[in-house]
Amino acid sequence: MELYYLTAHQLHDMLIKKEISAEEITRAVFGRIEAVEDKIRAYVTLTRETAERQAREVDKSIAAGEKISPLAGIPIAIKDNMCTAGVRTTCASKILYNFVPPYNATVIERLNEALSVMTGKTNMDEFAMGSSTENSAFFTTCNPWDTDRVPGGSSGGSAAAVAAGETIVALGSDTGGSIRQPASYCGVVGLKPTYGSVSRFGLVAYASSLDQIGPITRDVTDCALVFNAISGHDPQDSTSAPYDQPDYTSYLTGDIKGLKIGVPKEYMGEGIDPAVREVIRETVKVFSGLGAQVEETSLPHSEYALPAYYLLATAEASSNLARYDGVRYGYRYKEAEDIVDMFMKTRSEGFGAEVKRRIMLGTYALSAGYYDAFYNQALKVRTLIKGDFDQAFEKYDLLLSPVAPGPAFKRGEKIADPLQMYMVDICTLSINLAGIPAISLPGGFVNKLPVGLQLIGKPFGEGDILRAAYAFEQSGARCCKLNLLQV
Amino acid sequence: MISLKEVEHVALLGRLKLTEEEKKLYSKQLSDILEHARKLQDLDTANVPPTSHVLPLQNVFREDRTGEHMTTEKVLANAPDRQDDYFKVPRIL
Amino acid sequence: MAQYEPVIGLEVHVELKTNTKIFCNSSTAFGADPNHHTCPVCLGLPGVLPVTNKKVVEFAIKAGLALNCQIAPFSKFDRKNYYYPDLPKNYQVSQFDLPIAEHGFLEIEVDGNTKRVGITRVHMEEDAGKLVHQGTISDSSFSLVDYNRTGVPLIEIVSEPDMRSPEEASAYLEKLKAIIQYTGISDCKMQEGSLRCDANVSVRPLGQEEFGTRAELKNMNSFKALQKALVYEIKRQIKINEEGGRVIQETRSWDEAKGVSLSLRSKEEAHDYRYFPEPDLVPMVISKDWVDEIRTTLPELPDERQARFVEQYGLPAYDAIVLTSLKEMADYYEQCVEQFNNPKAVSNWIMGDFSRLMNADNMEINDVRIQPAQLAKMLQLLEKGTISGKIAKTIFEDMFATGRDPDIIVQEKGLVQISDEGAIESIVTDVLANNPKSVEDYRAGKNQALGFLVGQVMKATKGKANPGMVNKLLKEKL
Ligand SMILES: [Zn+2]
Repeated sequence: MELYYLTAHQLHDMLIKKEISAEEITRAVFGRIEAVEDKIRAYVTLTRETAERQAREVDKSIAAGEKISPLAGIPIAIKDNMCTAGVRTTCASKILYNFVPPYNATVIERLNEALSVMTGKTNMDEFAMGSSTENSAFFTTCNPWDTDRVPGGSSGGSAAAVAAGETIVALGSDTGGSIRQPASYCGVVGLKPTYGSVSRFGLVAYASSLDQIGPITRDVTDCALVFNAISGHDPQDSTSAPYDQPDYTSYLTGDIKGLKIGVPKEYMGEGIDPAVREVIRETVKVFSGLGAQVEETSLPHSEYALPAYYLLATAEASSNLARYDGVRYGYRYKEAEDIVDMFMKTRSEGFGAEVKRRIMLGTYALSAGYYDAFYNQALKVRTLIKGDFDQAFEKYDLLLSPVAPGPAFKRGEKIADPLQMYMVDICTLSINLAGIPAISLPGGFVNKLPVGLQLIGKPFGEGDILRAAYAFEQSGARCCKLNLLQV
Repeated sequence: MISLKEVEHVALLGRLKLTEEEKKLYSKQLSDILEHARKLQDLDTANVPPTSHVLPLQNVFREDRTGEHMTTEKVLANAPDRQDDYFKVPRIL
Repeated sequence: MAQYEPVIGLEVHVELKTNTKIFCNSSTAFGADPNHHTCPVCLGLPGVLPVTNKKVVEFAIKAGLALNCQIAPFSKFDRKNYYYPDLPKNYQVSQFDLPIAEHGFLEIEVDGNTKRVGITRVHMEEDAGKLVHQGTISDSSFSLVDYNRTGVPLIEIVSEPDMRSPEEASAYLEKLKAIIQYTGISDCKMQEGSLRCDANVSVRPLGQEEFGTRAELKNMNSFKALQKALVYEIKRQIKINEEGGRVIQETRSWDEAKGVSLSLRSKEEAHDYRYFPEPDLVPMVISKDWVDEIRTTLPELPDERQARFVEQYGLPAYDAIVLTSLKEMADYYEQCVEQFNNPKAVSNWIMGDFSRLMNADNMEINDVRIQPAQLAKMLQLLEKGTISGKIAKTIFEDMFATGRDPDIIVQEKGLVQISDEGAIESIVTDVLANNPKSVEDYRAGKNQALGFLVGQVMKATKGKANPGMVNKLLKEKL
């Protein structure tokens, strides 16, 4: 197989055996990018020169006999909402089209310490608001499995790049499903970690109480390796949890005998494509076959998650996005008569339709007279939703569900109806409200398109999630094979 | 139903200048979304505390020690307009 | 015509004297070049996160304790959303419904009576940056922004509407300033902006229970300005009432130069700050132990010190109030008394010439060049009779200007009092010989003639003759 389609752990083995060099890996990936990027359009910015330089550094370390980390020399694509010192960070928005951060996000610092090689910054829905990358101010990314379809979103560029061989691994961010849903659409693995386990410092905020950074990879082992590298307490993020961080690869044993898995019936209802439900039922059989106890359960407040999510996320967003005003950085409307005119025109021209819609909704939800009815009520409903999960986890180690109601949809299909688009996240956003971890891993196909299954864990239960995901992957069941694009 | 006037007020609070079409569109779309959100009112939450933070963290503090400042060139590197070491903005009414 | 009663409440912002800002480790030092004390966090760059400076919380608790407040067992930060170019994130991190301290009070003296003014709350927040204009803010075609002050920690102290006159408001602010200064958490310099005061003012017919509509007054940069602005605003509101008009609720800015307040009519939004809990900061749980620990660091506060000055030094209440209103002044006083044990004499000098010269030069105690020990030494010279009271004043002025020791000045200028009986006696003899008319008058029973003769002796000795001795010798000779 081509180098660009291997996994990080395979490449690491080859590196330490000196079968290949880091520079060769980087060249192979950039060669692949040259070949397919105009069809996929995963990247907003490519950083080839620094990547090759970083790769050569790794090769020097290897030549000097130094012990290298599992991610050393491994190409990694970064969603364009994580700050990279000296490298443009746009959030796929016109309002930040020229913003060059003077600092690195904590995750970037950690990846640099691990000597991984950044390939570039990937496309996304503007400010991570969307489920298709169609809300990018620059262009839409195409799904490598069918380029007429969306890759999902908002981390669509990262998921597409991993699936198309335009990187080995990637980072995405997930506020309501933005790692898991594109991972499902693109047939790759995506982990939304426990809130507080990965530092948000340097992640451009969409909804601060929901946002988490996580890995998008080709297999579960790579997922554990990237998660190892980026997780852990960060004093620069007050919401970062101080906890004893295990080596997550130690959970990759393949043994899940006796594991208790619940399947919430609310996630298998009407809104879900019957073909997707069928895929999930197949995966249930696989887990049972591996010795897990699987049974139906209930998360009774599930139907309230979507409105609660949209009120909370947009309220936080309306405040988080207030700083884009044309004063200190980014786009500015130049012919303004006065400061208010400058603020209003800068923001109207700088933000796209979906971002403006969410700012409007969030502003309304917080405004005088509506706070209790909307925002505060949503915070209380969040308590109930979290309570549902707490209760379920008294009985089960993990919950299993679809990631999205269907496979990747066609470009333009849902863009006109915001509520329809929001529905795409119904299986994922409760997890963000509860702050718990969940993984999307390839579970099967519908109409030759990949469909993910979601494993949901307890707070800081990433170990159990990875254990089950690995066992499933190793079972060789209907789990999808890598997509070898013929492009 | 969110009226055009409410849309205008909210747009001003959020510092967005909307076209007439946008106002009409948002009036309808926000109404639809909020109509959907009204469902939340069905739940009796009188005795439910709000959850602002999912993690039970508290008292996260920093010591009062100065760190490095950015160089002024870095501070102003992204400025759309500047004069000397200041950010420059249009007049304030 | 109805009598009106003003109702005044004050909102005071105090800048805390920490090394670093409230949510980042940028320096708070005053006077840096524009935008030099900034970092990604206080500039509000995309992706940054705040981390609370523990010292700020401790200082706020200390202020709450000094103001007799209850310290909240559970407190949190909230975002206050509004757009202004000096506010990098276009929201201010502040505290809304769970402030760090509530339900306190302080006591003021009005016309010899003690009055208690309630403190509604004390909360923490971040300061905004500074806008620089050519000309005035509205004339200038552009503004320049400096974010050095952005994120400097503030506490806001909100009083109950308990004050009934500009004098009470002034007394409250004086007392508040004294208390805060004593705790050491702020310099409280109104001129530098580390103490800022807004006032809520309304008037109501005397005897009426409910409050009138209030106006919020801003931009008073000194105690004098506060006083003038309040007097002006109360008159303005009474006039409106008497003319049958209605006071409207609004924010008004005091124009010190013109001596008027002007409406700041915001053209829209009517203060919809959309407060919500700051998701980037976690709540604060303040244990009793922590509060007790901070309580042990509280110094003696103005009221206690004032009482002690009356008790220990036998000072009149007035002296004690004036001397303890500034911590530095009270410290100075006590150091002086330690070396010259005549408390009332020291008080007279500090409240007299010392304060007069200091105020004339617009100085603060720390700028004064006379050390407490030097003042004590001068008072000793006076007591011993080495110098006269009149000469003491001359010497004091020299000391104030130069910071030199009193003995050196006395020696250099030859100002030692003449107490040599022989020397004075010969001068007395001369004076009596040269003023036979006065001698006659005195002997005829006109006592004031003696005063004239004393004056003549003093004149001849350039004021250095010991006045007691002159009197005694004159009487003997006559
Ligand atoms: Zn700073």
